[in-house]
Amino acid sequence: MQPFDLAIIWAGIIGFGVIMYVLMDGFDLGVGILFPFAPDEQARDTMMNSVAPVWDGNETWLVLGGAGLLAAFPLVYTIFLPALYIGVFLLLAGLIFRGVAFEFRFKARTSRYLWNWAFAGGSTIASFAQGAVVGAYIQGFETANGVYVGGALDWLTPFTVLTGVGMLAGYALLGATWLILKTEGELQEWAYRLATPLLVAVLVIFAAISLWTPYVDELVLERWFSGFSIIWVLPALTLLFAFQIWRSVRNRSEAMPFVSTMGLFIATYLSLLVSRWPYVVPPNYTLWDAASAYNSQLFLLLGLLFVIPIVLVYTAWTYWVFRGKVKAGVGYH
Amino acid sequence: MDLDPLLLSRIQFAFVVSFHAIFPVFTIGLASFIAVLEGLAFKTRNPVWITLSAFWTKVFAVVFGMGVVSGIVMSFQFGTNWSNFAQASANFLGPILSYEVITAFFLEAAFLGVLLFGRDKVPPGAHLASAILVATGTFISSFWILAANSWMQTPAGVEFREGVFHVVSWSEAIFNPSFPFRFMHMALASFLTGSFVVAGVSAWYLLRGREVEANKKALSMCLWLLLFIAPAQAVVGDFHGLSTLEHQPMKVAAMEGHWETSGDVPLLLFAIPDQENQTNHFEIGIPNMASLILTHDWHGEIKGLNEVSPEEQPPVALVFWSFRVMVGIGVLMILFAVTGLVLRVGGRLWRTGWYLQGLRAMSIAPFLAVLTGWFVTETGRAPWLVYGIMTQAEAVTPSLTGGMALFTLIGYIVVYGMVFTAGVYYLMRVLYVGLEGTEDEHVDESDRPARPLSAAHVPFEIDDSGANPANQGGH
Ligand code: HDD
Ligand code: HEM
Ligand code: HEM
Repeated sequence: MQPFDLAIIWAGIIGFGVIMYVLMDGFDLGVGILFPFAPDEQARDTMMNSVAPVWDGNETWLVLGGAGLLAAFPLVYTIFLPALYIGVFLLLAGLIFRGVAFEFRFKARTSRYLWNWAFAGGSTIASFAQGAVVGAYIQGFETANGVYVGGALDWLTPFTVLTGVGMLAGYALLGATWLILKTEGELQEWAYRLATPLLVAVLVIFAAISLWTPYVDELVLERWFSGFSIIWVLPALTLLFAFQIWRSVRNRSEAMPFVSTMGLFIATYLSLLVSRWPYVVPPNYTLWDAASAYNSQLFLLLGLLFVIPIVLVYTAWTYWVFRGKVKAGVGYH
Repeated sequence: MDLDPLLLSRIQFAFVVSFHAIFPVFTIGLASFIAVLEGLAFKTRNPVWITLSAFWTKVFAVVFGMGVVSGIVMSFQFGTNWSNFAQASANFLGPILSYEVITAFFLEAAFLGVLLFGRDKVPPGAHLASAILVATGTFISSFWILAANSWMQTPAGVEFREGVFHVVSWSEAIFNPSFPFRFMHMALASFLTGSFVVAGVSAWYLLRGREVEANKKALSMCLWLLLFIAPAQAVVGDFHGLSTLEHQPMKVAAMEGHWETSGDVPLLLFAIPDQENQTNHFEIGIPNMASLILTHDWHGEIKGLNEVSPEEQPPVALVFWSFRVMVGIGVLMILFAVTGLVLRVGGRLWRTGWYLQGLRAMSIAPFLAVLTGWFVTETGRAPWLVYGIMTQAEAVTPSLTGGMALFTLIGYIVVYGMVFTAGVYYLMRVLYVGLEGTEDEHVDESDRPARPLSAAHVPFEIDDSGANPANQGGH
């Protein structure tokens, strides 16, 4: 017999991995989205330096998620990837360009502007693609017998474009508040100025998505509007965090805007999860349908339980080592 | 025009995986070389070893970086283009591939950073230990990935129920019949790659009279090692082939260009296989040799391709010629190793210009052998993906259209073309700057573990002061 419901444990691990990824890669993608609009080239140097030590570690969560999905919920892996075929390609291409730009921009002189474009373009495409993935997930997939049967561009609808743009705005906000935390002087001032308009954009788009979502799917409609339920706490929290961002930006706090933006993301993420639980491949498959064999889930779990704490400690250590402000002109030359 | 998603997916997979493969084989070999250098530095305290190790660590960092970038693409390929296969084999491949990724992270997180940036920050013993652990880790990584691939070649330890593989014995599935040979063959291939690249680059520096003492030492080490591993690879390859004969006879028939089951089979040195007419043209061979090698009997019978219908045969010409290129290079490697010994004994090793030039040229040989070797292995199992159980056609993503596959194929070619041109160009810059550039480097605040490439402090463009490479280290 099976003493634990491993599918639940695995759902927890993957869910945790996803939000870790969104928060951590989110701010460095956001810095990339804001990159072209930076006041000057020196500001760009500082922006890049503020994320250079950590972005790579942030992306490990994505790869871990990809491999973990194949191992624990193969059905998710084998329906999402074919359905999002073109989007996945764009995501990977964006991440590749951006990753390489990180390395070569600092080593380049005359070709520097090319790497600027690679960094900004890659970040923007990758962020949009991630937002569209979320939209596609809400929208659901056309499947038959556990196989995706829809078309190549089914994922690209007005709704997913909206979620893509929402993700761009959200990551940009994370990026701006990160810069408030990590920089000073003119650049920080610039980030402060950006934060409020970005917050407004995020709220407008998130509101539009929330109003639209129940029409995309009935389950969501029922879950949210069939009477008052505890889950209404989540949108309330979202608003509270939004208010907190607005206030802390106005008060010129340095850490609070970033922290509350993360809070905003977590609350939104949880609302999304409760809308869909326990469906991992909407509209047809629950996490138990999608799970791999019990002994396969167990086999990998043993290794992961050992590695995840190490990755966490290591991540924390890196952030600790690189704590404090990034000064202009220090770091790469 | 009708675009075939299966064919395009195969081309795409072959393209991205071949691209990926050339980086790990080099990093695996190089990591061990660096560990040895660090060991020597630790024991003898001779600064030459440190110079060498610091330089090759820089090269390692760049190549490793490219391995990571191309590896990320690989972990999504199974889902995008081979979703039926991924679905069927997830119970086994999922955990195995995850373990590969986990090993890679674990390494990056813990030991790579110390190796790349820690020389002045941790005690020498700890630095040596990280070098050894990084080298070990690359082997653990290849252990998992080769277990996955070998299992597809010779599936074991699983039950195929309702279209899904269920693991009944992890140890049988991981240590499946072809795994030990493939692992050994691949490990030796990595050492050969590392040795020939280091030897070729050192020979080039020697020809230009740069850092003579250090480069002589490096070259000498490589040549000693090659003397053992080049012949060993031929022996292991032979055993590998015998195991293949047992489990995948059609692959061996294609490797030998052997169409009809018979005894007294010649070893073909040259032939133009003609799949349409199921025969060879212009055969040149050594009588009875193939029978002898494969069955250890002068008249031994070998199964021919006619045992299966033409649709179930692998692409014979590709397998046949790839095999010959690989073995040819293997023989060439043995010749180079032995020539090196002869020259060394005669005391002429460092003065023999043609030999050093030859070594320079040989630095690309291992990559060719590795790629052609994989072509044999992978195309030789066609039309099977999981041998004898699932064909490539059954494995491909059902919703995939030719247009989609073509789009991403072109996309990957363009992206890789741009990114890796920059990467290889940069690697050439690192090599050009050479050992002289390794000393006066300072470590930056933003240098840190997870970013291998930043361990190389060589500017991207050729400097204004380009004439003297020794001036170009650091920033
Ligand atoms: C014999 C060795 C070997 C082979 C055949 C492969 N790999 Fe690999 N791979 C490695 C040896 C390796 C490595 C040495 O472990 C790398 C190179 C650089 C690195 O970080 O690890 C790596 C990196 C690497 C990464 C990046 C990990 C990271 O971010 O650090 C992924 C996701 C994969 N590989 C996945 C694959 C897949 C899906 C393959 C086959 C289809 C594959 N590799 C073939
Ligand atoms: C010199 C004699 C050699 C022999 C007899 C030999 C034999 C073989 C055989 C029979 C296979 C196919 C096994 C199968 O698919 O089941 C193979 C694959 C391969 N060979 Fe070789 N080989 C030789 C040299 C080399 C060299 C010099 C290299 C690289 C430096 C190399 C790298 C590979 C690789 C990477 C593969 C694919 C992976 C694998 O199946 O192991 N080989 N070899
Ligand atoms: C890294 C070294 C490898 C190289 C250079 C390589 C090379 C190739 C090539 C050339 C093909 C195309 C065969 C054809 O179209 O006829 C192929 C196919 C394939 N290989 Fe490998 N391979 C490698 C490792 C692996 C590993 C480790 C796995 C699995 C874990 C794998 C899984 C596959 C799959 C799924 C295909 C399907 C496509 C097909 O059969 O055409 N390969 N590979």
